[in-house]
Amino acid sequence: MSTASELKGRKSLFDGAIVRRAGVDALRKLSPQLMMKNPVMFVVEVGSVLTSVLLIADTMRGVGHFRFDLQITLWLWFTVLFANFAEAMAEGRGKAQADALRLAKSETTAYRLNKAGVVEEVPSSDLRVDDKVKVVAGQMIPGDGEIIDGVASVDESAITGESAPVIREAGGDRSAVTGGTRVLSDAITIRITSNPGETFLDRMIALVEGAERQKTPNEIALNILLAGLTIIFLLAVVTLQPFAMYSGAPQTIFVLISLLVCLIPTTIGGLLSAIGIAGMDRLVQHNVLATSGRAVEAAGDVNTLLLDKTGTITIGNRQAAEFLAAPGVSGEQLADAAQLSSLSDETPEGRSIVVLAKQLYSLRGRELAKLNAEFIPFSAQTRMSGIEVEGRSIRKGAVDAIGRYLEEHGVKMPNEVRDAVETVARSGGTPLVVAENGRALGVIHLKDVVKGGMRERFEQLRAMGIRTVMITGDNPLTAAAIAREAGVDDFLAEAKPKDKMDLIKREQAEGKLVAMTGDGTNDAPALAQADVGVAMNSGTQAAKEAGNMVDLDSNPTKLIEIVAIGKQLLMTRGALTTFSISNDIAKYFAIIPAMFAGVFPVLNALNVMHLHNAESAVLSAIIFNALIIVALIPLALRGVKYRPMSAAALLQRNLLVYGLGGVIVPFVGIKLIDMLIVAVGLA
Amino acid sequence: MKKHIVTAVLYTVVTGVLLGIVYPLAITGVAQLLFPKQADGELLTKNGEVIGSRLIGQTFTGASYFHGRPSNAGTGYDAGSSSGSNLGPTSKALIDRVQASVTTEQANGAVPVDLVTASGSGLDPDISPAAALYQVPRIAEQRKMSSQMVEALVRGHITQRQFGLLGEPRVNVLELNLALDEMARKE
Amino acid sequence: MSLNGWLQISLFIALILLLAKPMGSYLTSVFDVDSKTRRRTWLDPVLGPIERLLYRLTGVDREHEMRWTEYAFAMFAFSAVTLVLTYGVERLQGFLPWNTQHLPGVASDTALNTAISFTTNTNWQSYVPETTMSYLTQMLGLATHNFWSAAVGLALAVAFVRGIARRESKTLGNFWVDLTRGTLWILVPISVVFALALVSQGVVQNLRPYDHAKLVEPQTLTTTGADGKSVSTTVTTQTIAQGPVASQEAIKMLGTNGGGFFNANSAHPFENPTPLTNFLQMLSIFLIPAGLTVMLGKMVGSPKHGWAVLAAMTILWFVATFACYWAESQANPLMHNVDQRASLTMAGGNMEGKEVRFGIANSALFAAVTTDASCGAVNSMHDSFTPLGGMVPMVNILLGEIVFGGVGAGLYGMLVFVVVAVFIAGLMVGRTPEYLGKKIEAYDVQMAMLYLLIFPLLILGFAAVAVMMPTNGVSVLANKGPHGLSEVLYAYASATGNNGSAFAGSNWNTHWYNYSLGFAMFFGRFMMIVPMLAIAGNLAGKKIVPESAGTFPVTTPLFTVLLVSVIVIVGALTFFPVISLGPILEHLLLHAGHMF
Repeated sequence: MSTASELKGRKSLFDGAIVRRAGVDALRKLSPQLMMKNPVMFVVEVGSVLTSVLLIADTMRGVGHFRFDLQITLWLWFTVLFANFAEAMAEGRGKAQADALRLAKSETTAYRLNKAGVVEEVPSSDLRVDDKVKVVAGQMIPGDGEIIDGVASVDESAITGESAPVIREAGGDRSAVTGGTRVLSDAITIRITSNPGETFLDRMIALVEGAERQKTPNEIALNILLAGLTIIFLLAVVTLQPFAMYSGAPQTIFVLISLLVCLIPTTIGGLLSAIGIAGMDRLVQHNVLATSGRAVEAAGDVNTLLLDKTGTITIGNRQAAEFLAAPGVSGEQLADAAQLSSLSDETPEGRSIVVLAKQLYSLRGRELAKLNAEFIPFSAQTRMSGIEVEGRSIRKGAVDAIGRYLEEHGVKMPNEVRDAVETVARSGGTPLVVAENGRALGVIHLKDVVKGGMRERFEQLRAMGIRTVMITGDNPLTAAAIAREAGVDDFLAEAKPKDKMDLIKREQAEGKLVAMTGDGTNDAPALAQADVGVAMNSGTQAAKEAGNMVDLDSNPTKLIEIVAIGKQLLMTRGALTTFSISNDIAKYFAIIPAMFAGVFPVLNALNVMHLHNAESAVLSAIIFNALIIVALIPLALRGVKYRPMSAAALLQRNLLVYGLGGVIVPFVGIKLIDMLIVAVGLA
Repeated sequence: MKKHIVTAVLYTVVTGVLLGIVYPLAITGVAQLLFPKQADGELLTKNGEVIGSRLIGQTFTGASYFHGRPSNAGTGYDAGSSSGSNLGPTSKALIDRVQASVTTEQANGAVPVDLVTASGSGLDPDISPAAALYQVPRIAEQRKMSSQMVEALVRGHITQRQFGLLGEPRVNVLELNLALDEMARKE
Repeated sequence: MSLNGWLQISLFIALILLLAKPMGSYLTSVFDVDSKTRRRTWLDPVLGPIERLLYRLTGVDREHEMRWTEYAFAMFAFSAVTLVLTYGVERLQGFLPWNTQHLPGVASDTALNTAISFTTNTNWQSYVPETTMSYLTQMLGLATHNFWSAAVGLALAVAFVRGIARRESKTLGNFWVDLTRGTLWILVPISVVFALALVSQGVVQNLRPYDHAKLVEPQTLTTTGADGKSVSTTVTTQTIAQGPVASQEAIKMLGTNGGGFFNANSAHPFENPTPLTNFLQMLSIFLIPAGLTVMLGKMVGSPKHGWAVLAAMTILWFVATFACYWAESQANPLMHNVDQRASLTMAGGNMEGKEVRFGIANSALFAAVTTDASCGAVNSMHDSFTPLGGMVPMVNILLGEIVFGGVGAGLYGMLVFVVVAVFIAGLMVGRTPEYLGKKIEAYDVQMAMLYLLIFPLLILGFAAVAVMMPTNGVSVLANKGPHGLSEVLYAYASATGNNGSAFAGSNWNTHWYNYSLGFAMFFGRFMMIVPMLAIAGNLAGKKIVPESAGTFPVTTPLFTVLLVSVIVIVGALTFFPVISLGPILEHLLLHAGHMF
């Protein structure tokens, strides 16, 4: 069975199976009902039908230039087919993923608990919302749901491609499970939360296949622009015939339709839906599932990113960064005491102290069992933890807790230690004081560690005009220090869910688009309010339903990639639109002299490309027009190259590449095609 | 909506009177007061009779007069019916007309272009200094004057560019011919 | 081309760019009702009472704010009423005063065409004014429209700018207030000063009957009579048409109307007697449009954007002027024994249809300026331009007359192009296209495309029909061959674009052309105003996304280049085929020695 993880590996663009299937689909898509959705290509198809009918009629009557007319007709059909092929390619790549997903979805047996609490076997397709099912180790989870009882490790690789099992448990923020994943240990009871055909997997399949693809707002607007341009060119070409007749140089339908097809924006028209599907596909490749294409576009528009500090900007937990020994105490002494007190502390902070002691002073972890030690666990009353070992009584805790502990021993906290505590706190860290036998040894500096590369990413975001806001429950002092270190633009300290919601509303009132991630149920309202709300797959069902995207990897940093994908999608559309329109200039210089130089040889002055003859000129323009669609399929599927930079810089670069390039490329291309078809004797 | 129609009618009446009657009449009043000569067209009179306007050209065909430009205003310099030829550059009618004028005007060398092309108004009072100087030998011969004298007269009638910058140098044909007659009368 | 010519052209544009800022500031203080610190103008003490009286007389509530639909309706109602008035005055002029030449009522098709023409700021004239229109008709029927249609254009442009500037607003202002302020504060005062300046230079201003001058040299005319025999007649007098010209001339130029008091328009010595009047007339065409770009910048809170738009206009103006001046300086290769070279004593070049006092430089500049804007006044006959020289005004019109453009109409036309340019290129920065913080969405694109569509639909559609009709369409053309095609194309472009200039040789005063051109003028104005106002109304309701590094830049040279490119490419792509059969073919044939 092929798994999603295999699929995630980048497939070569022109995978044989996909290409074959796309070829067949391209023909199927010739159906006028399907073509009507794309006004530009529909016009080409109508043109193709017209020339075909005319070609047959002319041939039967023995008039016309069969060889030329036939070639024109064929290339018109190719133009339509190439556009269909592009769309089919994009869909095909999605379908390949969908197929793999579908395997995971294969019918399973569900063990449903009826009202009496008795287990009954039913096919998974019979499950409805609010049904309760029991799943034990080794079984496939039959549908999307929420664990209402039990805890289990679950293999979600079919969905995420991640092979390490994850823990899912009732209550809390990790209660959601996905149909098609497998329980590896223990047993759980699940409340089904979606009906067949509406499950997560179903939505994912539908989305990647493009079956339910609805046009996004931007795509609609662009389609209107393209339709408008098509009508303008239709006008220009239809009225050209009367003007040509007035001038004594009437044209054949073949040439007029060729001109029309060359002028209307077939390049972008043919690739538009492929770009959209491919954008969605890229998102899926990043293991993000969007509920709609609209959300992907909105991601490109985002002005403000709300990022949770913990897990997104900093690695999940604080880590010991340094030991600040009190006067008369060596660093090694402090580290030794700190290590001993932390040996049984299984929290990440505790472990990080052990690690730091080892790194700095090569203090090896000691076998606890041999020490005959007594651990003093952390309690809410004392707010300290520690160890009693070999006559040593070591305590560590917050400064006020240790202060009280010292006072009980009749000792005052040394000023130097107090100062160290202060320094650590101001730098955004958390100070832990270590005391031994009533004497303060010094301070452990626990530090929030900002993930590597975050500062650079925020700089990139800033260059793109996106403001980042860090959300944290820390006090403002700590928050400010971390914000500074991470390089975010702003922070929201001591944040409660309502504060987050207010911030989003405030930003939106200013006309900004806000993106955020969240996983908990209390994030749900904010996720719903945000323009782009990315829920973690590990989060609660409520969060997943409130957001408009789900990150299957549950990686909050993904938001930055999502923004990039959204931008890339919009840029690809804009770039190809510009390219398509710019192309027309060269086509005019190919076709106009070809049309009229027969009657007015002086018009050959416009034949700047020195195309061989009228027929070769028209043919090479129409061939170029068809081939450029194929040539740009990779670009449409991969998206234009995206580097974070300011809008002004992006505009300049893209205008040069796609605007100016779009003017020049067809001059070269048409000339080359002309030389080629003349050489092989086609014109 | 109905209110807007009522307003539209009232607005048209009120501003119509203001802009269509009061404004032009006021300007006429002030203009007649401040610039009476210019406001009436800079008319030239001789013995109390209007003989033309300084601003409007007249037809001269006699060999002893400086010729102005061909005119398409009415039957020629009809200031009741201003018009250009509106013939395009590839028009055979235009080229034939120009070549006919060339035949009439040709003396020494190629004829200055403005002398054989019609103006836009058909009332152009001017010709270029080149076109005036081109005709000097003919005038001198016809009027039995020295060509130096005629040329001096022409040069005296060249209007330079306004403020030394705007427009083109030119010679007012009607004024030049009147001066020519005047000079002949004095002799 | 000569150094002196370029000096005059440079002086012209330098003055326009210098005047843009004060004019823009003045326009802003007249129109910016949203500014909290609305500045007063020094004319307020005089005009304030008149304004209030006008509102009282006409029932205008100046505080009432209008949605775009109501704004459009008021505009349309006003235009319709004024159209009817002019039609009535024309038809009834025989019974009305100030008819010194005892002219009869104007024929119905001509009257309708003219009424539409002046209502739409086109001033297409299919008639010869000297022999058709009485002084009253000129003053009350035509010159009034020069104020009204210009004030309407101004109001519409201001409404559009408000649409961009306002946030989450349903309304665009009050049409009657905008109309009134534009008329009283802008058009009337400048016209008064301008008219008197014109008179001082020799533009006539009187109500006297036409003069009859005794010719210095009586002329004998030989004509061929109906019986084929030659008839000789002696002409001893010259009719000199008069009239209240200066008052109309001032607003004709300032309001970018362009309808001449006389047939020869600004080539007529009584309309445009000196190089100075010519210079002032050209300045007055661009004065308000240039100021409007500055007003745009001020009102939307981005002065640099205003300058960027002005820069785009200036570039397009320069290209047009250069091309026209170059082309008109060329000799006509079909003329022989004609000295066509420029020298110290003559302008040379293509002088057919041009006045000696203006020469080539001022004629070419005037042609470029009058068609950059939707003015349509001419000081030389475009029909007689060289093929490429004549192509310049034609292309200017076909681009939509947005280079400075008509009063108001130029700015809103340009802004529709801005919307399209921002949409096409805006996607390339990876955001939903934004114009000054307003997202450009499907509805805006739809309306913008509608606006752009109407233009070629009317021009190409009518021109195609006209050239297919041998009798009604083709036989009346003054020129044959490609030049004839140019004449038809120019006529419908001029009508649809509300320019009013013409390749004027043909007899446009026929039923077909009067009605079809009237139709083109009417729909070219009002059908384009509706989608334009719809965009404005829609934009007004949007939020404004705050500016950031990710914002599409509309203040940079790059934006200017982009805007110019979009305008040129959209225009070129639409009209290149027909232009290649018109002026381009004519140019190539001319130099191959062909005549028609």
